[in-house]
Amino acid sequence: MKFGRVIGTVVATRKVEGFEGVKFLVVQLLDEDLRPEGEPQIAADATAQAGPGELVFMVGSREAAQALPEIFVPADLAITGIVDEVDVERGVRRAQPTAVWHSPADDED
Amino acid sequence: MYIGKVIGTVVSTIKIDHLDGRKLLLVDQLDLRGNETGSYDIAVDVVQAGPGDTVLVIDEGNGARQILGIDPGAIRAVIVGVVDEVALSE
Repeated sequence: MKFGRVIGTVVATRKVEGFEGVKFLVVQLLDEDLRPEGEPQIAADATAQAGPGELVFMVGSREAAQALPEIFVPADLAITGIVDEVDVERGVRRAQPTAVWHSPADDED
Repeated sequence: MYIGKVIGTVVSTIKIDHLDGRKLLLVDQLDLRGNETGSYDIAVDVVQAGPGDTVLVIDEGNGARQILGIDPGAIRAVIVGVVDEVALSE
């Protein structure tokens, strides 16, 4: 799942069967530091509670439709949660992986 | 699957039912030298991983649903292992 910021709403009266009652929102995708990344996209709101300005996370591809009431619908991006808090751990533990890495390139050093 | 590093936690109260009671971690994908790539995922953790851990992540829906025992399930990324060692031959 990826982070996104809701920046707008989309209204479509005529749409395919299965999308009844589903809300569509314009979402700006974000990187891990919550900075905008790429072009805004349209996401179906599976939480039914997201709104403009909110920080959300989304699931893409086939799994997007599985978040919705009717799972056989043509959706490729769905909002699956509203973010309360993101805690990013910086520092030494982040700088060096905990696993041991062996590669020929390291042996030559 | 890919190897990643847990760099943080994500807290959410309002979420879809499939995510109820699940721990969400922020994972940065690593390259083969163990460096962060900046490509990230918010993943469900089933192996009690924590920030700083090097982990194995599956990013595929059917595998995720099988591990979590839910169908349908709108989850793709799941942390399925904590990596101890990586050895490359070439």
